[in-house]
Amino acid sequence: MDSPQLPLLLHLADNCLVLGQRNAEWCGHAPVLEEDIAMANHSLDLIGQSRLLYQYAAELIGKAETEDSLAYFRDAQAFRNFTLLELPHHGPLAPSGSTQRDFATTLVRNFLYSAWALGTWSSLAQCSDAQLAAIAAKAVKETLYHWQYAQDWVIRMGDGTAVSQQRAQAAMEHLMPYTQEFWMPLAHAEAAQSMGVFLSHADAQAEWDTLIDAVLVNACLKRPPDGGFVPSGNHGIHSEHLTYLLGEMQSLARAHPKAVW
Amino acid sequence: MSLPIGTDMAAVHAALDQLCDPEIPVVSLREMGILRDVYMSDKGVEVVITPTYSGCPAMEQIHDDILQSLQQLGVQGQVKTQLAPAWTTEWMLDSAKEKLRAYGIAPPNCQNTRTSQVVRFTRRLQDDVVACPLCGSTNTTITSAFGSTACKALCKCLSCQEPFDYFKPY
Repeated sequence: MDSPQLPLLLHLADNCLVLGQRNAEWCGHAPVLEEDIAMANHSLDLIGQSRLLYQYAAELIGKAETEDSLAYFRDAQAFRNFTLLELPHHGPLAPSGSTQRDFATTLVRNFLYSAWALGTWSSLAQCSDAQLAAIAAKAVKETLYHWQYAQDWVIRMGDGTAVSQQRAQAAMEHLMPYTQEFWMPLAHAEAAQSMGVFLSHADAQAEWDTLIDAVLVNACLKRPPDGGFVPSGNHGIHSEHLTYLLGEMQSLARAHPKAVW
Repeated sequence: MSLPIGTDMAAVHAALDQLCDPEIPVVSLREMGILRDVYMSDKGVEVVITPTYSGCPAMEQIHDDILQSLQQLGVQGQVKTQLAPAWTTEWMLDSAKEKLRAYGIAPPNCQNTRTSQVVRFTRRLQDDVVACPLCGSTNTTITSAFGSTACKALCKCLSCQEPFDYFKPY
């Protein structure tokens, strides 16, 4: 019998793991050393959060499930992360993902997601599931540093040179439509409510809007109009990018199952 | 196999007090607030630890160090990881802060510790007053909010020009 909170746990864990893996692609490639280290630190936090969530999910599933089987042995359709988090570090028309990494895309994504994560972890820290509340209380502190870092960069880029402004604005226009998924009805909304967590979308969205808009004003960036394509990664329907990301992440574990070192 | 009954808890405490944070080898786990509880159960000695950061890679080392330490005493026991309440730099003893400073790491300015309660707008790291652990000047700047480990930021002293690590309030 599935635990009611399982879909919520996997959604949260997949968010953290996929973004953690994506951001780790900057390791050794960031524009300057400090940002390289900052990106690796972000990933350390995010993957750490995903491990705690997967460990808890595995415990609830029982059988032979482990944090590793959940991370390495599920295929893309089983992942429940927001589509925003799996997109490569470049705009829609770049010819090649690896050669066209765009720091503005990375930072704007972290900015949009960490604002959502702040609100979500803050709510979940109060929920009646003690283990999830403990993980959330931990995650909210880490997310606060991610949010501050991302908003600093968004302001620096938006209120920077003509080129940085243009790239930050382009990234905002590319990524903002994907945030519509944050506010779609979730498969796990009922489970969350049963735990005393009211992830009230109307309230959460209003708070998120306030956070985002305040920074955009300081950053001299324009908020793109709402509308356009609404993704459904949280329902397992992903962009093609997730399969490549998972292919890279999972290949070692699948080539050498049960290997230890 | 030694029986828990008659285990010298004073010896266990003394042995655990010798264990240091693997990434900051001058402060003990107890001073850091990582070591939360030690007690006897029917399974032997139970040692409760709380991780500093979710992804802190030192936790596995700490886990192994504790088990090894118990083993050397000939004591049966296990390590339990407890997430709630979440670790905070406020648990760090003053002695640990002094040792951090002497080691060259600016200790956390806990007046700025963020609460885990509803987070909306809070103080920014850049507003923190961080004293240089080498010359004591507060004329310092934060180079990067993310440093050599998850718990530290990278700073620079504008008086003596030395770069240094800052343990972030958390």
